Amino acid sequence: MNILEISNVSKSYNGHKALSDISLNIPEGSVYGLLGPNGAGKTTLLRIINHITAPDSGTVTFNGHTLNADDVNDIGYLPEERGLYKKMKVGEQALFFARLKGLSKAEATRRLQEWFSRFGITDWWGKKVEELSKGMAQKVQFIVTVLHQPRLLIFDEPFSGFDPINANLLKEEILRLRDAGSTVIFSTHNMESVEKVCDHITLINRSHNILTGSVADIRNEAGKGRLSISFRGPDNGLIQALTPLAEQDSMHRFETSCPDVTRLRLKMQPGIKISQIIDTANRLVEIESFNRDLPSMDEIFIDAVNRNNLPEIPSLEMQSTRSTSI
Amino acid sequence: MCAPILIQQATSPETITIGVADTSGKIFPRLNSGESVRFVQLNGTPSADSPIDNDSIDGYLVITSDIITKESAERVDLILNATSNIQFEKELAEQINDAIETERLLEYNINDLSAILDNVKSDVSVNIMRFDSDDHGSMPTEISAVIGIVMSMLLYFFLLLYGIQVMQSIVEEKSSRVLEIIVSSVKPTQLLTGKIIGIGLVAVTQILIWAVCLLILSMVVMPTILPADMMTDVHAMQTGAQLADTADIELVTAIATITKPTFIMQMFFWLIIFLIGGFLLYSSLFAAVGSAVDNIQDASQLQTIIIVPIIIAMFASMSVANAPNSTLVSWMSMIPFTSPMVMMARLPFGIPVWQTALSAVILYASISGAIWCAAKIYRVGIFMYGKKPDIREIIRWISYK
Repeated sequence: MNILEISNVSKSYNGHKALSDISLNIPEGSVYGLLGPNGAGKTTLLRIINHITAPDSGTVTFNGHTLNADDVNDIGYLPEERGLYKKMKVGEQALFFARLKGLSKAEATRRLQEWFSRFGITDWWGKKVEELSKGMAQKVQFIVTVLHQPRLLIFDEPFSGFDPINANLLKEEILRLRDAGSTVIFSTHNMESVEKVCDHITLINRSHNILTGSVADIRNEAGKGRLSISFRGPDNGLIQALTPLAEQDSMHRFETSCPDVTRLRLKMQPGIKISQIIDTANRLVEIESFNRDLPSMDEIFIDAVNRNNLPEIPSLEMQSTRSTSI
Repeated sequence: MCAPILIQQATSPETITIGVADTSGKIFPRLNSGESVRFVQLNGTPSADSPIDNDSIDGYLVITSDIITKESAERVDLILNATSNIQFEKELAEQINDAIETERLLEYNINDLSAILDNVKSDVSVNIMRFDSDDHGSMPTEISAVIGIVMSMLLYFFLLLYGIQVMQSIVEEKSSRVLEIIVSSVKPTQLLTGKIIGIGLVAVTQILIWAVCLLILSMVVMPTILPADMMTDVHAMQTGAQLADTADIELVTAIATITKPTFIMQMFFWLIIFLIGGFLLYSSLFAAVGSAVDNIQDASQLQTIIIVPIIIAMFASMSVANAPNSTLVSWMSMIPFTSPMVMMARLPFGIPVWQTALSAVILYASISGAIWCAAKIYRVGIFMYGKKPDIREIIRWISYK
């Protein structure tokens, strides 16, 4: 079941198209990555989901009904640009935000104490926010976001400003919340964390949805036919032998940390079998390791965005660049 | 509140010592040294060739011998070494004129002149009674003016203080980005409404505290510090009874009026009506400015547009005493941007109730429009970061969906 269904949502500001015809479904209990370059329209989409702005067209269905103002109590949002009242005390402020989300004072106090002791920050309760460092304030914001146990959690760049230890702590908390039944939307530029925590992703570029699917499917699809071979022996002969089997320009040679071991990466032409590659290599060199090469989300992101941006470049300009490079 | 009195005292002019070279010999004896000026006689006339060598005098006055017989307008020369001031010049001219007039009268050789002069001397004060009210006596204009100016000053103070507080609070939320978190829980318009109501209640509480203090002062403190016979007169005046013979009718009138509980409550009633109205109007404008800028520095230019009408209203209020029903101030007490302050300044002069009520109705009607526009601007403005919008762009935001 999908907790959130977004169909054909468009939104423009002052003539600028922020979202055009975006559709995505977020399965309940998943960690959903919302990716895209800066200015692609992610924040606008998150604001629509949070009922802060309304779409010009299209529908947003939350938990089986059209999203309405009361649903914000079932959503926790940690915006990318976030802050706290500097002059207020940490505990008072956390209580204030919790009560804005509809918790009773007693319940909010109980849960806050639980979270504060889990994060080992009970002594911050009476401190003013201006005394906290950026990372410390982020922890408080995280607690405020999840305190009302929302069914849908939205994190926009949650790890920025955290050291690796705290980032890891946060990641584990996010996964724990998912296991406890919450659905998580996760917007970030940190592709490594996407690989680690996301089940599904959607990639938005220039207000369009250009890539959607489960992380495993996307990586498998993008990695189809990609192999990586590490070997001892002369690389020239092997490269020559493999060239006709590989797609044009797909073969790359890498040095490894071991001086006499070389690594080749390539993408097989359609119809070529892995056994053909192994046979060829076996004849010429001593294979150290042989495996499928799954592209990182980083590569997939860059590749997809570049391919999407390409047709927009005026053809005349491209020709002129080509002619100068020849 | 006592700052004006302290300033008044601290700036009361120092005594100026004037040497008088009186060749007529008739003026000097009639000059009276007072608080601001002291006269000493000089022998001979100082001039540029023989300047005064007396350090104890600040300047000298040259009176020619024909000053009393001269028919045309006279002039006396005052050569001054110190800074002059208005009060000093006024007193000096008055004394010299009095002296000349007295001397000229003496020329007519009338018998018992001084007795006659004493007899004709009169000191009348005007006691205004209005026929459209059953008050025993209406307030002296001076007191009306003071009360009016004090009340419109209060409004000026409150509108700026609390209006800017609304603006600052919005700018703070925007620049610290706490806004992004709050708007995911409450609607921007709810946040704006809550903010204006909250700060408005602070202002009203403040005014109510002052009203209660003033009531206590008038009912408990005043009777104990004033002499008993004066208090009797005050009570007599408040209840409309016959006054005992009293030396200082003006003072009694003043005290009677401003310590009358019904008067205090009436003034504070309207003060609160116009305070709330003015605050709602101006705070919504300040809110619009606050939401359009990223930091308080950028706000200063835009907020000038809002402050100008407040200052104009302040100046108009000060001129109300000259003509409380002039066309200009009547209109200004109806136009929403200036009406709260100008109407409060006119109120103690006893203007018809329908005018005050109409002004309040116009004010509250225009508030709904102002709040509607401000909410539109606010909704767009709080998500706009980066470039500082100009007034045209802000107005365009009103039409955004």
